[in-house]
Amino acid sequence: MVKLNVIYILWLRQMKRYFRSRTRIIGALGQPLLFLFALGFGFGPVFERAGEGNYLQFLVPGIIAMSILFTSMFNGIEIIWDRQFGFLKETLVAPVSRVNIMLGRTIGGATVSVFQGIIILIISFLIGFRLLSLICLPIALAFMFLIALLFTALGTAIASVLEDMHGFQLIMNFLVMPLFFLSGALFPLQDLPGTVSIIVRINPLSYGVDGLRGALSGIYHLGAFTNLAVLGISCFILVIIGAFLFSRIEV
Amino acid sequence: MSNSSNNYSLAIEVKGLTKKYKDLIAVDEVSFSVARGEVFAFLGPNGAGKTTTIKMLTTLIKPTAGTIRLNGFDPVREKDAARRSFGIVFQDPSLDFELTASENMVFHAVLYNLPKAIREERIEKLLKLVQLWERRNELVKNYSGGMKRRLEIARGLLHHPQILFLDEPTLGLDPQTRFQVWEHIKDLNKNESITVFLTTHIMEEAERVANRVAIIDYGKIIDRGRPAELISRTGTASLEEAFLALTGKTIREEAAESSHQVLRKYFRGRW
Repeated sequence: MVKLNVIYILWLRQMKRYFRSRTRIIGALGQPLLFLFALGFGFGPVFERAGEGNYLQFLVPGIIAMSILFTSMFNGIEIIWDRQFGFLKETLVAPVSRVNIMLGRTIGGATVSVFQGIIILIISFLIGFRLLSLICLPIALAFMFLIALLFTALGTAIASVLEDMHGFQLIMNFLVMPLFFLSGALFPLQDLPGTVSIIVRINPLSYGVDGLRGALSGIYHLGAFTNLAVLGISCFILVIIGAFLFSRIEV
Repeated sequence: MSNSSNNYSLAIEVKGLTKKYKDLIAVDEVSFSVARGEVFAFLGPNGAGKTTTIKMLTTLIKPTAGTIRLNGFDPVREKDAARRSFGIVFQDPSLDFELTASENMVFHAVLYNLPKAIREERIEKLLKLVQLWERRNELVKNYSGGMKRRLEIARGLLHHPQILFLDEPTLGLDPQTRFQVWEHIKDLNKNESITVFLTTHIMEEAERVANRVAIIDYGKIIDRGRPAELISRTGTASLEEAFLALTGKTIREEAAESSHQVLRKYFRGRW
């Protein structure tokens, strides 16, 4: 049974925690901004000489997706934190189905990631990024939210089966980083070697990056509808898996 | 307090409760009952199975065997009804430190589906009771240990539970705060006739507040009764001495032990 007021209060909790911790907001911007500046300006000339156009214009959607990916995974994995510091127990003994708790947390975590993505987008405007048209902004936001939901649910699913933060490095290096680098966030998908091309197409983030890039600059490589369908279906599956694993947590 | 064995008057009834992990029997066929309105202390050395028992009673983990009735409900099959029946103060804090005291209370009220009007009235009353009303809009992370504890107790009472679980509620508190916490608990028990199930390592506290105690060691209950009964039965002068006489003076390792060792120690401890 879905209880909207429970989902809402869990969402609100995430919002309050997010807006109260300025250091975390700024800290989480560091890495994406470094990528944006170093790669954007560093590879710009090469990219242009290869006839691919403006690299910054190409890179910004990838970096937005990156920041959403990292923030979302972290928000999901934060459950381990709550488990160690006890707050999770408060929600687990409450007379509410755990699916509601998982949904509230996940939607809250996803909203936080979208905010991080929007901050990157705003900073990008300041350094020269231009939108195709304002009408595409809602579509871009929809893609951002889907990416956020997908990876917050994934983080939640993983955190539900981990006991402590020891596995965190493992997840960062063997899951999050490969997801990011092999998603087409940094390079175009045309003419990739076979294996890479296959991996990119298995990676659900590729469809998020392509959707976001298409919405912001007008060129879809994988197709707008395909992007939406793949993301939507992966989201649905992961939210179900996440909710299932979360409801089995014992503390 | 009455020790009536009448079933409907029981707040908690546990029969043959067992929790096994791979090679460890954390709780081994424990049976006991707590009457409505009683203050019941569950005592035992570290690793004896107190917290595991509380976790089973409060739906956090599933028992391997045995039955539980909590306010008449089965925590395994009637989770939500059982959950509405109790409030709990955990051994370690379970507040959100990044929220204010009020926000922690409101969060709890929404989880327990309290209507807004009732919610506001009760939050004010409870925060005044634990003397935190003036500082309700401060972030909990700025609270002292005693204030956090008091807030947790207030939060545990917000949905008017019939049974209050307190897992070492005075751990790490100074004598003044400890005194106040116990005063609150005694008041609640008397005025609101809430059943209190508590664990503590401070035998003096148990002797003072509990109507009845049960002593658990190596997962089994080795004795039970009113504090005075235990004291006279062991021929000692205080509950602390009675406790040591019953459980021995060796320091417990909280590691897994074979059931053979567990049994041997169980029988040795049983004078």
